[in-house]
Amino acid sequence: MALPFVRMPLVFRKLCRKREILQQIGEAIALAFGLLLAADADLLEIVTLSLYVSLSATSIACILGLPLGAILAVTRFPGRGPVLVLINALMGLPPVVVGLIVYLHLSRSGPLGFLGLLYTPTAMIIAQTILIAPIVVALSRQVLEDLHLEYAEQFRSLALSARQVIQALLWDGRFALFTVALAGFGRAVAEVGAVMIVGGNIDHLTRVMTTAITLETSRGNLPLALALGIVLLALAMAVTAAVHGLRAGTAGQADA
Amino acid sequence: MPECAGENGAAGTRASRIEVRALAYDVAEARLIDVPTLTLGPTGTTVVMGPNGAGKSLLLRLMHGLIRPSAGEILVGGEPLSPAQCKAQALVFQKPVLLRRSVAANIDFVLKARGKDRSRCHDLLDRVGLASLADRPARRLSGGEQQRLAITRALATEPDTLFLDEPTASLDPESVQAIEGIVAAAAREGVRIIFVTHDIQQARRLADDVVFLSKGRVVEEALADAFFSGPETDVARAYLSGHLDRLLET
Repeated sequence: MALPFVRMPLVFRKLCRKREILQQIGEAIALAFGLLLAADADLLEIVTLSLYVSLSATSIACILGLPLGAILAVTRFPGRGPVLVLINALMGLPPVVVGLIVYLHLSRSGPLGFLGLLYTPTAMIIAQTILIAPIVVALSRQVLEDLHLEYAEQFRSLALSARQVIQALLWDGRFALFTVALAGFGRAVAEVGAVMIVGGNIDHLTRVMTTAITLETSRGNLPLALALGIVLLALAMAVTAAVHGLRAGTAGQADA
Repeated sequence: MPECAGENGAAGTRASRIEVRALAYDVAEARLIDVPTLTLGPTGTTVVMGPNGAGKSLLLRLMHGLIRPSAGEILVGGEPLSPAQCKAQALVFQKPVLLRRSVAANIDFVLKARGKDRSRCHDLLDRVGLASLADRPARRLSGGEQQRLAITRALATEPDTLFLDEPTASLDPESVQAIEGIVAAAAREGVRIIFVTHDIQQARRLADDVVFLSKGRVVEEALADAFFSGPETDVARAYLSGHLDRLLET
């Protein structure tokens, strides 16, 4: 009989804690909507910078990574296996390590220090590009290799050059490659370690969603941190939905 | 080997004689193709026949240079098969491999890749009755339309020789008729046709001469009339008469 009385305060505390968390989440959602509806200038600045940095990094990674993935998909050369293993391994690059390496190169004493890029959005774009390029290369290689398996004999029959084959694969695989780009964007927009190190989380200059969330959490401003998290989530979902909509709208024209 | 005289009314020819010498193709110590000699003249329509697994598709791929023989050689116009000669050939597969693009874009792709006049696209589609479907996704066409598009794409490269690997398998009679019409028209324009089929009636309609394969070997080659009126080998007789038990015994 004594046990329930002993346990009651613990249960009560847990219930109170749960209620507190729910309250904070409720506050966070309300705050997130409030910030968005009020078109808070600081929030818009952070969102804009986040999109600018991550979309730029995704674009550069795709420009470099998609052709490289296509080349790896259609060519056979000695050492190709280890190259593929390396690229697949680089998909799991820790952001802080990338940030540190970029930092070392861009710092004043580094080989690229003369460019003065440290703690600028450009440095953040460089770091995120390095982070997601292996993802773009590895996933596009897989997508295009599967496509090439289907087309290879027909392309050989048509006596196409390697360049023509790669161009055709990139075009015909464009809808699947959208998803590859999305995977890259998702990784870029969600990472915090690399941009924190090379960007420095400077207000009105290099503060992005993830670094802002980290800052507010460390300050103990959990509702604001959660609100920013909700905005970040909504942002990622909006970009994904936009690409999905674009894909659905055009896929019918080509039968992906 | 009788050289085909183009009984189906071939106009002048662009193609060269194809000669197969001591051709062999092995996979895991199994000899899938063993053709000591075979000569295909520069004109007309040759139908390649034989039971499943006879090596018809392999022979086509070897003559088109898609796969390398284990031994022997293929001569085109007396010269070993070269990339330039392969480029002057086209192959249509049993299952058409169409790009994930519109009907017109599939033709335009080939015209552009080969440096041909891209304004011919509509005309080419019009000739095979696909002009009204030009903007439709190629992979959403019916099976017969897809194969017509694949043949048109192959013809867009202006080949000297057109290989067709069972292009009408699993198609309805209307589609078969349309495809036979396209192939016959191409043959009349001087394209050398090498056509693989299981359909005996189709072979009778199209063939100027017949190459009959069994177990990787050419067991009979003859002018179409001679082959269909009196095949010389048991296996060809069994095949034409539809005696499956005798075919299996041979």
